[in-house]
Amino acid sequence: MNAPSITTTAKTDTVSRNFDMAAAFKDALKAALITLGLSIPILAYKTDQSGADLFLTPRWGLVAIVCAIVFGLRLVIHAFTASRAYARATPSARQATEPVHAMPSAFQHVSRFAIPFFLGIAIAFPVLIYLIQGGLNESRYWVDLGILILTYVMLGWGLNIVVGLAGLLDLGYVAFYAVGAYSYALLSTTFGLSFWICLPLAGILAAFWGMILGFPVLRLRGDYLAIVTLAFGEIIRLVLINWVDLTNGGAGISSIPRATFFGLPFTAGESGFAATFGLEFNGMHRMIFLYYLILALALLTNFVTMRLRKLPVGRAWEALREDEIACRSLGINTTNTKLTAFAIGAMFGGFAGSFFAVRQGFVSPESFNFLESAIILAIVVMGGMGSQIGVAIAAIVLVGGPEILRNLTFLQAVFGSGFDPNEYRLLLFGMGMVAMMVWRPRGLISEREPSVILKERKAISGSLVKEGHG
Amino acid sequence: MSTAGANIAMQNPQASTARQPLLSVRGVKTYYGNIIALKGVDMDVNEGEIVTLIGANGAGKSTLMMTIFGNPRAREGTITYAGRDITKMPTHEIARLSIAQSPEGRRIFPRMTVFENLQMGASMNGLAHFDQDLERVCTLFPRLKERLQQRGGTLSGGEQQMLAIARALMSRPKLLLLDEPSLGLAPLIVKQIFEIIKELNEKDGMTVFLVEQNAYHALKLAHRGYVMVTGNITMSGTGRELLEDPQVKAAYLEGGHH
Repeated sequence: MNAPSITTTAKTDTVSRNFDMAAAFKDALKAALITLGLSIPILAYKTDQSGADLFLTPRWGLVAIVCAIVFGLRLVIHAFTASRAYARATPSARQATEPVHAMPSAFQHVSRFAIPFFLGIAIAFPVLIYLIQGGLNESRYWVDLGILILTYVMLGWGLNIVVGLAGLLDLGYVAFYAVGAYSYALLSTTFGLSFWICLPLAGILAAFWGMILGFPVLRLRGDYLAIVTLAFGEIIRLVLINWVDLTNGGAGISSIPRATFFGLPFTAGESGFAATFGLEFNGMHRMIFLYYLILALALLTNFVTMRLRKLPVGRAWEALREDEIACRSLGINTTNTKLTAFAIGAMFGGFAGSFFAVRQGFVSPESFNFLESAIILAIVVMGGMGSQIGVAIAAIVLVGGPEILRNLTFLQAVFGSGFDPNEYRLLLFGMGMVAMMVWRPRGLISEREPSVILKERKAISGSLVKEGHG
Repeated sequence: MSTAGANIAMQNPQASTARQPLLSVRGVKTYYGNIIALKGVDMDVNEGEIVTLIGANGAGKSTLMMTIFGNPRAREGTITYAGRDITKMPTHEIARLSIAQSPEGRRIFPRMTVFENLQMGASMNGLAHFDQDLERVCTLFPRLKERLQQRGGTLSGGEQQMLAIARALMSRPKLLLLDEPSLGLAPLIVKQIFEIIKELNEKDGMTVFLVEQNAYHALKLAHRGYVMVTGNITMSGTGRELLEDPQVKAAYLEGGHH
């Protein structure tokens, strides 16, 4: 340890640790443009022959899809290599560690079994329900409930980025859900764009609105931030109600086109999904497809969040939650950190929103009231801020719970036939919240999982620690 | 402390040296709203020095330190670091100029592990030499090495202070700003920390600007010192000079310091 080791501020780091979002975007955009250029002569026009005439059919939609795929893949590759490089640059477990023999935390206990378990259940859910209920049509209710829960899991995970990781209390998250839903509704009904094109667009638009919300609230924290975000959510809803020309006001937008299975519509016709795969037509095919679609979207949200947590931007979010002043004095640009948190959180809200629109086929401002924001926030808070699995459990409890209430018909025997358990939903909600505050004030899973785990912790017992293989 | 005496002592004792100071503060005035906290501060920190700033509670010591980091911003005057005007620079950019700060109250990240805290400290220059730096701070602070997996908030006060300093060191700073590293710590730990500061300065040639209430220890350690009273620098001199100054003695060294 001598002078040069510390006085040099080497800028020649071989491993670029900072996942440069702007550069990645630029590169992905370039790749997409090259694809566009290449696809003009290859993909953009199809020669069709009808009789003796030969004419060109433009296929710009296909070109757009291909470009979007290239763009997305390129971004994913960037994120991947960045996190790889970062992982390699992080010190190995052998390094300078004299592990304390820490007990595995509650989180680790739960996560080892819970995560594969939940994932397995989630993937097998439609099959299980099909087997239990003994038929596609009979399982409709349960698959529908699964879709609903997964939508909230996804929203919870999206909001978890803003509230749980970056510590920015956002009471208007439903605004981004609404932006996503209306983006798809308007783009598909006016321009006839397909769901697969609208999905990324809805995400981008929502992210854009996330930034718009982010700018004015950069200097706010805690209660003040909560009030402004609350107002923002209401503004979006009121605009949707009052801008009748665009949004059709309180009547909402109906007959939104449904999603297709990569181009195959879920219709009874010749070219439909069922006919193509030689199945008997059943409306439940679409439901099951929607189930897996939202499952994939939710898992994507989770995957991206987990990845980002290990990247500098995610680490900066968490540091920002812990102490903003310390963050700044460590050279973290808190402006960018907050804006990325808002934008990425909003983006997933937008995805979920466009899924909502495609599932319902109808959107109206009434779906995006403050109660929705409150429920999503409750999911995050109850789950334990920043805990992915906790949020998933909370979503199941808070969204699935009331549905179970609906089925508790025996209560009517106790309280009389006029008793509707579902009317007491919010009361039970409140009681649940109070119980949480008493017993688990920091959420179901309050333990924060370190994003870097020095692996040798359990391998070396306390007695060996003193040998100190530094 | 009379202001008359201050003017005489204001002259920089090292003014004769031709080279530019690493950090220089000129006529800096800082306000909190309409309340003036710094009333025109002049101060220099030369390369390789330990400079301390002592003063009573509310004198503006921490304000000066935070003003150097641009938060709050100086309303008048200039702050130059290594020949660059940093008065109007955003805090995070200042932090990237190889100035590191261990802010008042430690401000470690309580829910993150010691290891992650240290990683945050290194976040601005990449993790290229993270291993090396980690080993280095672990040698300086063996206590931290034992607690790398522990959450920052579960450390004792002294350990948290060590972590705050270690985290600041992870960015390989040229200039280290320390705000009251002895605050609330047992005398033995204070001694340890001051020894480490000395070691950093002597072995690594790090420049240290130390804000302290513990005037005796700070002045003993420092090459030079400044005394601040209600937003003004009233005295300056070498550490020894100030230690022996009757006014300083009367105001800051009376009582149980040893």
